[in-house]
Parts: sequence; C-alpha cells; structure tokens
Amino acid sequence: MAKYLMLKHYRGAPEAVNNVPMDQWAPEELSAHIQYMNDFAARLEQSGEYIDSQALAPEGEWVRFDGKGLPPVTDGPFPETKDLIAGWMIIDVDNHARALELAGELSAAPGAGGEPLHEWLELRPFLSDSPQRTE
Amino acid sequence: MLRDLVPQVLSALIHRGADFAAAEDAVQEALLEAIRRWPHEPPNDAKGWLTAVAWNKFLDAARSDTARRRREDTVHAEPCAPPAPASDDTLQLYLLCAHPALSSSSAVALTLRAVGGLTTGQIAQAYLVPERTMAQRISRAKRKLVGARFTDPGGVATVLKVLYLIFNEGYSGDVDLVAEAIRLTRQVARHANHPEVLGLLALMLLTAARRPARATPDGSLIPLVDQDRTAWDSELIDEGTTVLQHALAREQLGEYQAQAAIAALHADAPTTQETDWTQIVEWYDELVSITHSPVARLNRALALGHAKSPEAGLAELRALPDSLPRHAAAAAYLQERRGDLAEAARLYAQAAIRASNLAERNYLMHQASRLNTCLD
Repeated sequence: MAKYLMLKHYRGAPEAVNNVPMDQWAPEELSAHIQYMNDFAARLEQSGEYIDSQALAPEGEWVRFDGKGLPPVTDGPFPETKDLIAGWMIIDVDNHARALELAGELSAAPGAGGEPLHEWLELRPFLSDSPQRTE
Repeated sequence: MLRDLVPQVLSALIHRGADFAAAEDAVQEALLEAIRRWPHEPPNDAKGWLTAVAWNKFLDAARSDTARRRREDTVHAEPCAPPAPASDDTLQLYLLCAHPALSSSSAVALTLRAVGGLTTGQIAQAYLVPERTMAQRISRAKRKLVGARFTDPGGVATVLKVLYLIFNEGYSGDVDLVAEAIRLTRQVARHANHPEVLGLLALMLLTAARRPARATPDGSLIPLVDQDRTAWDSELIDEGTTVLQHALAREQLGEYQAQAAIAALHADAPTTQETDWTQIVEWYDELVSITHSPVARLNRALALGHAKSPEAGLAELRALPDSLPRHAAAAAYLQERRGDLAEAARLYAQAAIRASNLAERNYLMHQASRLNTCLD
C-alpha cells in the first residue's frame, strides 16, 4: 500500500479547463458539485482507501522565529501571487496507477454547465516509513 | 441511565478518602466493566455496584502504586472504608472540572469524562483528535487540579460556559454532544439554584428543538428564516419555554436567559413575517448591555432589519467592524431584502470566502449563485 496526498489549490495551479468562478455557477450546478465530492469520499471509505480530507481557509500568514524571548515575526496577508492550497485528501492505495486514477476522478468533479472541471490537482506520494526491500 | 450515576459514585470515592484524579480513573474503569458485565448480569443496585467496583479498582491501583514506590500509604492501612455519606457533591465536581485554571478544551474534556462518564475514545472521536492526545489532555488537566481544593469553586458561570461549549462545538462520532450537554445541564440545574442555569437549559432546549429543520438530508444548512417550522420539536419548545418562565420569574437577568428569550420568540412565531421582531430587538438590547458583545450587536442589526427596515439594519452594521464573523453575510441578507440584488450577490460571494466552516461556505455560495442566476 502507498499513501498519496491530493492537493487542491485556490491559486497557483495551472488553469482548469472549465474555469468559471463558483458564484457564477447555477445553484443546481453547485449542489451537483458538492454531492460529487461527498460521494467520492464516501466511495473511498467503502473501498478502504480513504484516510482524511480537510479544507483550508483562503487567508493566512507567514510566521517565523525571531530569536529567543522575542515574539514570532509574522508577515501577511499573502500576496496575490502566492501559491495557495485550498485543501487535501489523503488516500492509501495499492499503487501509483490507482492514485492517478482517483486523482483523475476527483478532477472530473462537475462545475459550470454541469461539465467536468478538469481541475489540476497536485498528487504527492508520502515518504514511506519502512525501507523498500531489495533482493 | 448508567452515566447519570457517575458524579455520585465519584463523590462517594472522594468522601472515602480517594483523591480526585485516582477516583476518576477508578470510576472510568468501573464504567467499562459495567458496560461489559451488565448486559449479562444486571445489578440489583446499580449505584452500589459501581461504587463497590470503583472502590476496589481504586484500592488495586493504590496498592500497586504503593508497592512500586515501596512506601506506606494511608489507603493501604485502612482498606475497609466507611460507607459513603449520603451527601452528594455533584455540583462541586462540575465546578472542579470547570476550574478557571484549566484551558477551555481541557475543561470540556474533563467534564465529559469525569461527570459525563464518556470514555476517552468517545471524547477523542467527538472532537476529531487522536485518542492519545485526548488522554494526555485529560491527565494534564487532572494534574493541574492537584492541590485545587474540592470546595474551592470558580463559580457556576464557569460551569455554564463549559456546558455551552459542549453544546455548540460537537463535531462527530457516535456520541450526540447536544443531547449530552442538555443531560449535564439538567443535572446541574437539579443541584444549583441559579436562574442562569435554567436560562442555559432553556436556550439549549429551544435551540435543539430546531435541529430537525436545520439541514437538508444531504447536510446543507437551512437558515432560520427558511426553516419548515412544523418540523420543530414542539415538546422541546414547550419544555424550554416553561423552564425560561421559571428563570425569568426570578428577576435576575443574565446572558443565557436573554438568548433563550430570543429563541422563545422565534419558536413562538409560525413564520418570519409573524415574528415579534420588535421584542427581539429589545432582548438584543438587554443582551448587548449585559455582554457588550459585538456578535450580539451584529445579530441585533439583523433583527432591526426586520423590525424597522433593511436600511436601519445596514446603518447599524456600518457601525460595526467588518472583520466581525458573518458581517458580510448579514450585509448581504439585508441588501437582498432592500432589493439591491447585485450588491447582495457580491457580498454573499465575499462572505463565502470568509466563512469559517464548509457548510456555511456552501450555503453562502449558493445564495450568491442564486442571485447571480436571477440577474443574468
């Protein structure tokens, strides 16, 4: 088994094919999209491949240590150019091919006009705990 | 209910000389044993059974502790404890679990376990944290309470705050934290003679009454104004209203009673149009003067939008910082009522981006999309 992170971006990813802002979709298109996402997660739970998913708020800030006894330094809000993660889903699958297949399905979630978004998702393998055995 | 006995059993152990932390562990173990054994061998005297088993667990733990540390313990010297006194320290236990020295997340966890009788696993699941993290949170909280005197309370207000947090912030798992918060608040109401306890109980009952109408089957939010009021639980409304009347009769107004009064006015109205918005605004005035909370002022602005005019509500909103949660959503709602659909759509989309949870974001995005579709 191998764990993968599927990352969704608010910005920073290449533009989706069906790229219409969400507030311009018809209400039933929004509902269909939300339903698709819920069904997708439920299906992966059923198949035993689902680990976790979370959504992130679009705002945030940079933070770093500024020396002993000093409060951390912050910098924000993020500039318009920053790559911005919207959320993720973690899956545990047999192999890379299955991870690709699932990421493809998630990217096909319906958007404006009921057409697939063709949204670009970032697929990242986890570093595994146990070293691979070589023979 | 088995878990209703937990505070009494816990206080019985403490009266026999066990310290709070060890007694709490022993009661938790006795509960787990009860869950295992009672289905096959139901006890004649549930409280007596739990107390005896918990006391034995406590003695076992104290003995092995003593042996490990190779020193004498007073407990070791007197294994035959006197029977538990009849006095019931339930309220003191609640006060201890809500001790001001604890962070609110620790107080919530400790309350659910020590007086609620939930397992660490159930609490962890409800708040979506790993079980080990929750176990640490609870044992750290108990360590913090060492030396805190059993009879040194932080006041009933701290207990109410913790119970309200449990009511509002349950997430998932197989435990219904709304029902659990109501059960615990009822228990506190039996032991504390304070109108705000009744106020909180009334608020919980009246809010819980709307639960069947608050979401569609797929989990989408339905706001108060759009809810099917025939789906509201009329038994909970009746009980909540009665409890509130008892509280208000004491003439010591507090924030929970004021909020419950607002909930009762909504519960009493067959539709949004027939709601007594003028009285609701007056109750918000009371609430604002008690709490000075900007969130209460924001809700007052919305009520004023109904009682007087959307413009009046918007004027109130402009006096509040737009960084307030739900500020854009409230402005959007009032703009739509005013008839400025384009501005309302823009504000709904902005509110969706700022929403702090997914269900709210989806709802607000839907409003933006609905209005944009009308405008096209």
